[in-house]
Amino acid sequence: MDYQVLIGLEMHCEISETNTKVFSSARNSFSEANTNVRPVDMAFPGTLPVVNKEAVRKALMASLILNCKQPEYVYFERKNYYYPDLPKGFQITQETKPIPIGIYGHLDYECNGEMKKIRINNLHLEEDAASSDHLPGGSLIDYNRAGVPLLELVTEPDLHSADEAVAFLETMRSIYQYAGISEADSKKGQIRCDVNVSIMDKDKDASDPSNWGTKIEIKNVNSFGGVRDAINYEIKRQIELKEDGKYNEMPQQTRRWDEESGTTKFMRGKVDAIDYKYFVEPNIPKFKIAEKWLEEIKNDIPTLAHERKEEYIENYGISNYDATILVKEKDISDFFEETIKLGSEAKSASNWVTSNLLGYLNKQEVSLNDTKITPENLAMLIKMVEDKEISSQQAKGVFIESVETGKSPKDIAKEKGLKQITDSGEITKIVNEVLDENPDIITQYKNGKVAMLNYLVGQVMKKTAGKANPTLARDTMQVEIDKR
Amino acid sequence: MTYMDKTIEEIHEALQKGEVTSDELVKESLAKSHEVNKKYNAFVTILDDAKGEEVTDDLLSGIPYGIKDNYSTKGILSTGSSNTLKDYVPFFTATAIENLEKHGAIAVNKTVLDEFGMGGTGTTGHTGVVRNPWDKERMCAGSSAGSAAAVAAGVYPYATGSDTGDSIRKPAAYCGIVGYKPTYGMISRYGLFPFASSLDHCGVLTRCVKDAAIVTDGMKGQDKYDMTSWDSSNINLYEALDGKVQGKKLCYIKELCDINMYPQADSELKEHLNNFMLTLEKCRNLGMEVEEVSVSEKLLKASPSVYVVISCAESTSNMSNLTGFIFGPRGDGNTWQESMKNYRTKGFSPLIKRRFVIGSYVLQSQNKDRYFHNAQKVRRILVDTWKNLFKKYDAVILPVGTGPAKKLEGSKNILDENTAALEDHLQIGNYGGFPSITIPNGFINNLPVGVNITGNCYDDANVLNIAYALESAMDYKNQVAREGK
Repeated sequence: MDYQVLIGLEMHCEISETNTKVFSSARNSFSEANTNVRPVDMAFPGTLPVVNKEAVRKALMASLILNCKQPEYVYFERKNYYYPDLPKGFQITQETKPIPIGIYGHLDYECNGEMKKIRINNLHLEEDAASSDHLPGGSLIDYNRAGVPLLELVTEPDLHSADEAVAFLETMRSIYQYAGISEADSKKGQIRCDVNVSIMDKDKDASDPSNWGTKIEIKNVNSFGGVRDAINYEIKRQIELKEDGKYNEMPQQTRRWDEESGTTKFMRGKVDAIDYKYFVEPNIPKFKIAEKWLEEIKNDIPTLAHERKEEYIENYGISNYDATILVKEKDISDFFEETIKLGSEAKSASNWVTSNLLGYLNKQEVSLNDTKITPENLAMLIKMVEDKEISSQQAKGVFIESVETGKSPKDIAKEKGLKQITDSGEITKIVNEVLDENPDIITQYKNGKVAMLNYLVGQVMKKTAGKANPTLARDTMQVEIDKR
Repeated sequence: MTYMDKTIEEIHEALQKGEVTSDELVKESLAKSHEVNKKYNAFVTILDDAKGEEVTDDLLSGIPYGIKDNYSTKGILSTGSSNTLKDYVPFFTATAIENLEKHGAIAVNKTVLDEFGMGGTGTTGHTGVVRNPWDKERMCAGSSAGSAAAVAAGVYPYATGSDTGDSIRKPAAYCGIVGYKPTYGMISRYGLFPFASSLDHCGVLTRCVKDAAIVTDGMKGQDKYDMTSWDSSNINLYEALDGKVQGKKLCYIKELCDINMYPQADSELKEHLNNFMLTLEKCRNLGMEVEEVSVSEKLLKASPSVYVVISCAESTSNMSNLTGFIFGPRGDGNTWQESMKNYRTKGFSPLIKRRFVIGSYVLQSQNKDRYFHNAQKVRRILVDTWKNLFKKYDAVILPVGTGPAKKLEGSKNILDENTAALEDHLQIGNYGGFPSITIPNGFINNLPVGVNITGNCYDDANVLNIAYALESAMDYKNQVAREGK
């Protein structure tokens, strides 16, 4: 039997790019534990929430990007439940009625080179809980995170594989980064997902919800890799239940992703679902979203990844493959654009960024921020190669050193005594030395093994410790060998 | 010579003339506090270290006052009269209190309330029953019981209060003084322990209307920490008092005030309503028009249930922060659930727990439409009904409660269906956030009774002015309680 898979996501992403928290004047930053705390974050009696307009602005921007409908009035609701990381005993959030910051949108995203569409059920703005660390002797709570603005995005079950789910999440991360809404860094715990997975027989109509299987919700998956693994595990588990004829006994339930064992574990059934007793937060008066403000926010949406990618292909003639790589992370794309602004030719800059820079970052497992390279230094290096001051071979070494030390390529070249040999007399002399040393190769070449020319040029480069200008060396070699 | 039984203007004049110093006033107020506490149990804390302040042109400067113990006060025990916060010393001060401090006012004690304001008897605070200074066998009503008793007993000219259903205005009536809650949001609630946020108001208990205006001017102001507060910097309630009420229009509600609505009325109720009619005559004599209007009896009778549903729902949520982990005495237990459960079970009085159960019940998804959402609808209808009255009338004038203070022993705290609407109509002022003031308007069996004037939102100056004029036409201004009058 073949099955089709239905996946819906709830993606929580902290809005990291506001100065203060969403309902509190405490700083919103990744800091030492319990340093960004105001009385309201610990729910001291008498404290009241005050809405951070900038958080609402950023949430509205996300709502616009996701093609959602925005509400006329913004309301907040209380979601009541007890947990030690929730000092108030309720979370200020939004429900679907009255409508939240965004509702009924859609987004196009690319998965394995194919364009796909996903419907967004709603987007809402809420506050994060504190973070807790459970130790054998007790638990530690860090209130820095309590009250950090959080965007929760709820999709329709329009995804059909782990690949699609991850591709969509990567698109969303890119949107949050490019729009200046969030760093969207899962290492900092800024992204957390709940995943809903169900399977149904392939020959049934997926547009009819009555054909959908039993919805299984998997809570708290904190990395994209985890999302992929949890989905794949859950699909396999559910298919096995089907094949064993036990699927219909499986109740609707909430499960937990256990990263260590790579499995999902039963948390609670539908009957144990928590009644959150929502009601409108009385301390925040509803406020109207002015048309003009919404228009301003719309105009302020920065160029997003897919738009930059089109620009790179159209305007710079960069390949689709390279452009995709360049826009994947905003800091890399920004770095690339800065380098171009400083006068570098786009294709050279692209080559340097995609092969040398990203190669270095991947190998060292660091991010751009951790290195000392600047667009100015890369632009200078590209210019030095163009001006034939150093060879491209030499440039690679200079680049690594500049990445690691932050020194300017000119200084590095000077210190190392790097200078390209561009004097044709000197090159001709070395070329003839090499030819003299390799009579056998000349014979092979004359007999038709033209590729041997490369070997001979390589010998020239070796002899000059890479200082010879490679083009000049090749041209000269061609001329000299023909003379023999 | 005593000063604490005088009006703010009189005390201010004495200070400015040098007849008395601020330090001497504090001493007098503290001595009186101890005396009153022994008799009526009005205080959670008496601030014996309080010192005088510099006397300036500010009417409030150098004058002692009391703070209801549900206002957060930095470095000073703030219990909300609950065992759950019996050791809680906040590190920030409520905005309203900070504002009074800026005017040079001097807090001398923290007054007892019904636990977290959730009661109307003054008997449920963790420090015990507050007694009425006119008759120790009677209650003060609540929840601002300690503030009302202290002001009535002449401990100081004013104390702060808070009002969610009638918690300032009912005790004021029972204690023969003035109780005023201004329009919702005129005074910041930041630092006021919440009961039901959409109904909670800060306000003041005084012995005369002018003092209520002076103190409210001192407490009010937009606050960046309270989004529901609004800018009232163009309003000066004290200066707006001119006593000119010629041509003002008042209305009263037949279904609440007509003695024929209560076939089983006792003599107190008859006297109370009769006295109210005499008060209306005084209004007419002042040149005001007073008309009887009719409001659906069914709607009026729904009000107490609306109050129970909304206030219990909001309070259940508001008090979820009381877990004993971050503040308050931590409960015993091996797990956090156990520890929290023990703290809450021990800490809250049965009355409050009952309200939490109701609050949870009406918010449950299967009950929410029937109870919570319906209550919100009826609230809206009541508010609209009152707003319609305000289109034609400057204010609604009504008797407070069904008579004078009830006995502590023997009086059953059971809602009488017939008089429930009359007993509880002040809640409508909270539903709409209306400015509402109670002033004394007579005595029944040697016990004071009150009358209430409620106007439209932001019309505080008008409401106060009507009360001011009426007060001047009666003999109860700045009266101090005399036991067994």
